[in-house]
Amino acid sequence: MAKREISEINAGSMADIAFLLLIFFLVTTTMDVDTGIARQLPPIPEDKAKTEAEINRRNIFIVLINAQDRLLVNGKPMNVEELKDKAKEFIKSDPNNPELPTMVETKIDGIPNPVLVSEGVISLQNDRGTTYKKYMEVQNELVKAYNELRDEAALQYFGKRRFDDLTEAEQEAVKKIYPQRISEAEPKNIGGKK
Amino acid sequence: MAKFNRKRKKASIGISTASLPDIVFMLLFFFMVATTMREVELKIELRNSDLPQATEIKKLEKKSLVSFIYVGKPKPNYQRLYGTEPRIQLNASFAEVSDIYEFILAERAKTDEAVVPLMTTSLKVHQDTKMGIVTDIKQELRKASALKINYSARKKI
Repeated sequence: MAKREISEINAGSMADIAFLLLIFFLVTTTMDVDTGIARQLPPIPEDKAKTEAEINRRNIFIVLINAQDRLLVNGKPMNVEELKDKAKEFIKSDPNNPELPTMVETKIDGIPNPVLVSEGVISLQNDRGTTYKKYMEVQNELVKAYNELRDEAALQYFGKRRFDDLTEAEQEAVKKIYPQRISEAEPKNIGGKK
Repeated sequence: MAKFNRKRKKASIGISTASLPDIVFMLLFFFMVATTMREVELKIELRNSDLPQATEIKKLEKKSLVSFIYVGKPKPNYQRLYGTEPRIQLNASFAEVSDIYEFILAERAKTDEAVVPLMTTSLKVHQDTKMGIVTDIKQELRKASALKINYSARKKI
């Protein structure tokens, strides 16, 4: 049988097809990446076993935000800028200071000596009239306080500058030294209806 | 002069477009990789600049496991029907706080059981919204035991 000549496929319209697809993707997709502050909500308590009254008073750090977006931290008015340092002082705690939370000696995997771990809880309460912007500012400061302390612990125990540089097991250990305990109280309506 | 012109005409050849598809395909693949699908058409006013700013932000991983709740003022063309107070949008429509429970259950039913604990709810809330509505949403999420949440924020510069 005679060899038939194979005619080439015309690829001239390939560009048009590709352009069509390109334009479709340009129109239907967006470039921005979603970012945000990750938080864990507390589960709904089945029985009211451990109310705030039962936690030792020195172990809670109360942050109140009112409907006028003003802060009251442990009974004293405060600016958002000061909050981070105050929170850090509280979370870190000091066994010799009776004002700061109690500490428990804990054995943590990956760290040879037992570490003093603070029992402090940060309680964040807001009014229904608080703006979301202010609430997020406060959340951000509190998370930042924890993140900075975890970075410090990473350097102290593992010799790495940042918490994110640690291995997963090391991160777990640091998380146990500074457990993130931000409790958000059951909603209250303090400032009247808005 | 005339002679020059004639010579020029003879020499002109079309530019080869054989590699044009390659170039366009390259662009196409770049956009396919670098971008994400637009989620839903928003009926509320919520531009990227309306989200609150934060420094301690993390990237939202595994988009398929994230359900979004949008809160903000309805857009002007919906204001006659829905007013100007902040409203909740789930998927493509306005919703009440009580609809969130159903919404979460529906999202959960769509997902593979093994990865249900990894599901995250992203709250995209306009920064001028009052906390009242956000607190209500959080309570509903707790009832539905969707405890992993993410307050959507943009990077503070």
